[in-house]
Amino acid sequence: MLTNFLFVGFPYVALVLAIVVSILRFTWRPFSYSSLSSQFLETESLFWGSSLWHWGILWVLSGHLFAFFLPEAILAWNARPLRLYLLEITGLSMALLALVGVVALIVRRFTDRRVKVVTSPLDVVLLAVLLYQVASGIDVAIRYRWGSAWFSTNAAPYLWSLLKLAPRPELIAPLPWMVKLHFLSGFLVILLLPFTRLVHFLVVPIFYYWRRPQVVIWNRKGLR
Amino acid sequence: MDIRSQVAMVFHLDKCIGCHTCSIACKNVWTDRKGADYMWWNNVETKPGTGYPTQWENQEEYKGGWVVKDGKLQLRLTSKGKFLQKIFHQPSLPTMDEYYEPWTYRYEDLFNGPEQDDQPTAIPVSKVTGQYIDIEAGPNWDDDLGGSPLYARNDVNLAALSEEQRLQLLSIETLVMFYLPRICNHCANPACVAACPSGAIYKRGEDGIVLINQNVCRGWRYCVSACPYKKVFYNWSTGKSEKCLLCYPRVETGQAPACFHSCVGRIRYMGVLLYDADKIEAAGLRPDAELVTAHRDLLADPNDPAVIESARRNGVTEQVLQAARKSPVYRFVKDWGLALAPHPEYRTFPSLFYVPALGPVTYSMENGVALNPTSTEEIFAPLDQARLPMSYLASLFGAGQEAPVRYAMKKMLAIRTWKRATEVGDVDLKVALAGLREADCDPEQAEAIYRLTSLCSFEDRFVIPASHREQAVEVLTNPLERKGAAGFGFREAPQRGF
Repeated sequence: MLTNFLFVGFPYVALVLAIVVSILRFTWRPFSYSSLSSQFLETESLFWGSSLWHWGILWVLSGHLFAFFLPEAILAWNARPLRLYLLEITGLSMALLALVGVVALIVRRFTDRRVKVVTSPLDVVLLAVLLYQVASGIDVAIRYRWGSAWFSTNAAPYLWSLLKLAPRPELIAPLPWMVKLHFLSGFLVILLLPFTRLVHFLVVPIFYYWRRPQVVIWNRKGLR
Repeated sequence: MDIRSQVAMVFHLDKCIGCHTCSIACKNVWTDRKGADYMWWNNVETKPGTGYPTQWENQEEYKGGWVVKDGKLQLRLTSKGKFLQKIFHQPSLPTMDEYYEPWTYRYEDLFNGPEQDDQPTAIPVSKVTGQYIDIEAGPNWDDDLGGSPLYARNDVNLAALSEEQRLQLLSIETLVMFYLPRICNHCANPACVAACPSGAIYKRGEDGIVLINQNVCRGWRYCVSACPYKKVFYNWSTGKSEKCLLCYPRVETGQAPACFHSCVGRIRYMGVLLYDADKIEAAGLRPDAELVTAHRDLLADPNDPAVIESARRNGVTEQVLQAARKSPVYRFVKDWGLALAPHPEYRTFPSLFYVPALGPVTYSMENGVALNPTSTEEIFAPLDQARLPMSYLASLFGAGQEAPVRYAMKKMLAIRTWKRATEVGDVDLKVALAGLREADCDPEQAEAIYRLTSLCSFEDRFVIPASHREQAVEVLTNPLERKGAAGFGFREAPQRGF
């Protein structure tokens, strides 16, 4: 019952809300989509916090996505112990970078007098959840080693089962609680996504690479 | 040929008295809000000085404008390939400390303070944190401080001067300063537009005003760094960038913007310029020495039938073409060569031009009486004896080239002497006329320049065609849909986040 609620019901609620609210917010409240950068108010400690956090978490996240889309490839890669170690060490070090980054960001947010002013309650919640997410991930990586292997055999099929609308929570039911909590806080991040500043992640300006350098808008009909 | 219309501006620095009325008019209309309180879309700087934000001209640090790299025009900030690398942290972004921390005073303490032996005081409190702050700087902290060791000495343009000239500029007997009012230049090749990752900044096709779509801006802050004039500002409260919008609701109805309208010294002119958008890239690739000419070549003659034809094809209306033919800006910039764009080496092709300040002209004295020039050499002698070295003005307005600045200054000096000869009569007319000729001027042009400089009416200074709002895209929507509602446009309170 609890398993069903936490690992079937909750993920669906989080995912549906993330998609629906993000779209509604983009349509009805486009002004609220912003990175809400506070670099203007404080730049030096942001450099360490933001750079370490973003680069670290981007690598970790792409590792998760890779294992999600191509679990067999990960297993094949892990067939040689050396390659397994290489993958695990890379992932762990990136996660440590992200951890240092998020801690630096939290310290900055609560110590800089100007940054404090632009800190909302949801910012605090988000930072706490992200901190827990990274810390629990590192904890899992150290205590329950070779996560890249069991992610491919258990987590990826479970996540796919959610997407295919045929949830199989039994796949992850036997995993330790620390791992399950990592899943849960991951879903919590997805749930928080549309309600917080995290939406900037949805509007990463990749279209910049395709657009012309100058944007000219004509206001009259029939012209350009 | 791709002729477009641009509302362009001339600021006549000789007439600027540095009163900041323009700044206040703008502040009261647009930026008296939380998050925007530190912004001065219009500000007046004392030059030589460091300006606002501090040392904005230092592009080694701020990375604004364009550079020519491998034969291509590229943002100094970053190449397109490395663009996203800087998204997590902008190394060249000025912070609030480079502008100033806005403050107010706790005035209520004056009324509510406890009874005591001393007068109550209103302490300064930060408009960001609400806490007491020790005020260290403001947007015009160096007002009138010519020669000051902290400000004038750190003017970026002093790099163009020799050691001797620098000493002279900063020594107490020969101190000099002038005012430089600055707003967004609404450039023909805006770096902020090109740098915006979200494509939120755009140039309006009809009048060339550069605006930021607040609904599309995501606060990536590239525009703040990319603008070499530091005229895009980051609203720290809403997380969006904002900039001067040239009071477009006023311009659209043929009125002068607030800062123009309120100008006490009447230094500001606004008119239409036609320019050839096809030529911009080639012009931007020219070497520094040719940039002033390249910029002027962009501007098209509103009487040329080919230009008119191309403009009509682009939908430029007859009123705009008519205004272009009467444009005071075109006369100052093209016909007379008096007005120069600030820092053309940034390659953004500003639509704001400055007539450099001639300042007080000193001739030699004898028995307390000024000796009037008796030869053309004497007319132009003050140019090289001026307290403000020509190389300083060349750094500010000529991309390091003295020739265009010298041309403008010579002409102004010749006209001054000519008017002295015709009005006061203590200068030989022949000498004055020879001076005019040498300055590439004639009595007719001198009279026109004199009139538009000194005797200009409101209508002479502002030739602004009203835009055709009835042809705008809004016409395509059904107005009855909005009946009983608040109206068209952006009606959301500018609140931070969700």
